Amino acid sequence: MEFFISQVLSGISLGGQYALIAIGYTMVYGILRLINFAHGDVFMVAGLFMIYLSSSLPVFVSVPLVIILTVALGFIIERAAYKPLRSAPRMSVMISAIGVSYLLQNLALYATGGQPKTYTTIPFISKTIKILGAPTRIVTVITPVLVIVLIVILTLLINHTKIGIAMRAVAKDFETSQLMGVKINSVISITFIIGSFLAAVGSLLYFTNYPTVVPLSGAMPGLKAFVAAVFGGIGSVPGAVIGAFIIGICETLIKGTDFSVFSDAFTVALLIVILGVKPTGMCGEKVTEKV
Amino acid sequence: MKKNKKAFNKGSLITLLIIAAVLVLTVVLENTINANSLLFTVIRKSAVYSLVAVSMNLLNGFTGLFSLGQAGFMLLGAYTYAILTIPSDTRESIYYLFQGSSFNFSFVDLFSSVFGQQGAGKTVSLISGVLLAIICAGIVAAVFAYLIGLPVLRLKSDYLAIATLGFAEILRAIFQWDKLGKVTNGANALRGYPTFADFNITNANGQIVFRLASFVPLLIAGICIFIIVLLINSSYGRAFKAVRDDEISAEAMGISLAKHKSLSFCISSFFAGVGGALFAMFASTVQAKTFTSAMTYEILLIVVIGGIGSVSGSCIASFLYIACSEWWLRFLDNTQYIGGKQVPLLRNGFRMVVFSVIIMIVVLFFRKGIMGDKELPDLFNRLLNRKKKVTVKEGTENE
Repeated sequence: MEFFISQVLSGISLGGQYALIAIGYTMVYGILRLINFAHGDVFMVAGLFMIYLSSSLPVFVSVPLVIILTVALGFIIERAAYKPLRSAPRMSVMISAIGVSYLLQNLALYATGGQPKTYTTIPFISKTIKILGAPTRIVTVITPVLVIVLIVILTLLINHTKIGIAMRAVAKDFETSQLMGVKINSVISITFIIGSFLAAVGSLLYFTNYPTVVPLSGAMPGLKAFVAAVFGGIGSVPGAVIGAFIIGICETLIKGTDFSVFSDAFTVALLIVILGVKPTGMCGEKVTEKV
Repeated sequence: MKKNKKAFNKGSLITLLIIAAVLVLTVVLENTINANSLLFTVIRKSAVYSLVAVSMNLLNGFTGLFSLGQAGFMLLGAYTYAILTIPSDTRESIYYLFQGSSFNFSFVDLFSSVFGQQGAGKTVSLISGVLLAIICAGIVAAVFAYLIGLPVLRLKSDYLAIATLGFAEILRAIFQWDKLGKVTNGANALRGYPTFADFNITNANGQIVFRLASFVPLLIAGICIFIIVLLINSSYGRAFKAVRDDEISAEAMGISLAKHKSLSFCISSFFAGVGGALFAMFASTVQAKTFTSAMTYEILLIVVIGGIGSVSGSCIASFLYIACSEWWLRFLDNTQYIGGKQVPLLRNGFRMVVFSVIIMIVVLFFRKGIMGDKELPDLFNRLLNRKKKVTVKEGTENE
């Protein structure tokens, strides 16, 4: 029983961390119709920032710095790699995203010299506590709370501010909103900034549970977060969060059994089932294709 | 019309001559200059990569299916090849962690028991065993592609990309699973199977008389690419292009979408599997962890650099890509001194950083790649026609 509780708890926490990445995917996809393949790598780079910064600075300085740097990275990626291709076919933008991902992985490889880097212990959140008799870390409890707070803020932002309205308009119809005077470039930049901010927070929480960061650490969480976004209906923030929690919990439960190899396979199988049964996901809007 | 046909033949003829020249040159160079030169590593690897890149181009460029599963199919091909050709007597030592393999036969052994172990018999059994294993590698990959394609090919562009990428990751995980250790040797490497070096002709003392180790991969890859080109120029190829250009109109014209997508996916995977087998021969060890998504990205970038929808572009790009990454840019990985001063930034890994920056520049500013969607014969034809036009013009001026 204790084992089960601790599994579910860490599943919820993992789900929360996926949710933070998934929001970045779903918002970008909603607006640009682009799978941002580099998002998982931005997440990994945020982990590396933390390692390098905290080796010379105290934690309470390096955490905000990590977030600022990651946001800047997301912003620069959008301006340098996606903006020049705004009028290009979708496939070109996707290839550009893959190129960015390749570049970030190689940069990380260069910076780390190929060695796995030990992640910094952030003092407060890696303390061990007991919940219902199951030992767990504080980060496990903090993650879902933090995720919910952030998402409430984000939903308020999307629903009640001017920039939120602009975002929804651009997601609905790119060209018309441009005609209506929405500054598309700034809306897209802000989307990337929000996505990178959440990825940075997610990376702080995620890597606390893992000993090391390697250049490929971002690939698998990125893929899973994307599946979560599809599961919830791409373009929808609450859907992505629910999807991420379901995937996180299922994954940790499967990891606890003999079939731990298939925990990754489960995610992809889920993707295919979802796309076969309900292609728009749980909360997605139905789109009919016009000939 | 007749003239066009003739010009087409001329362009193709030049291309064929160039290919033949490359083949001959490889054999000559291999037997005259230092055989350990990086040039030959580049030739072998780029032959393998150009086959895989062309197979991916068939899918992405000619059928419009954006699939990212190439590394997975290469993995299947490489493992199939290795498992089918490791000699029985060395299996025990390779699979030592799992107390021997559950397969205890090898094609090469099988044929050598028929043709004999010595002289010509050995050569014949090596060639037939390797060829059969390569074909099996392709077939296994194609069968898997068919099965995977049943659910996956219903998906639209980006979803298809993510699903195939995911499948490749799953395959990699499953092949490293301990419970399959008797077949796949778990996470350990498979080795000891015939590689390209076994095709060097040796005399009775085991000394190399005539080197063919770089010619063989070029030849196999060349034949496979030629088959793909034939396919692209057939009615199937035209149907693939119709599906790429507009699915709805293609369906309206009576092209079965499901059938052609599945066909293209299977054929592409077949050649990716063959490419995987060749990659196994190139690398001389097979390990699941080499077939990462980064490998698929590399191949995709080759296709993009060469031009999406151009077979000859993919071949040229894969040579340039491999030559840059393995050979020309290698100096960036070592500390260099210019005038007694150490050049900053140069250390292990810098090569790949420079390299990926170059790729980003190509992707962003030269979106058509080297060849666009043109082929080499087209290019030669255009050159020939331009010359002809120039002479005609001069002729009229003289009058």
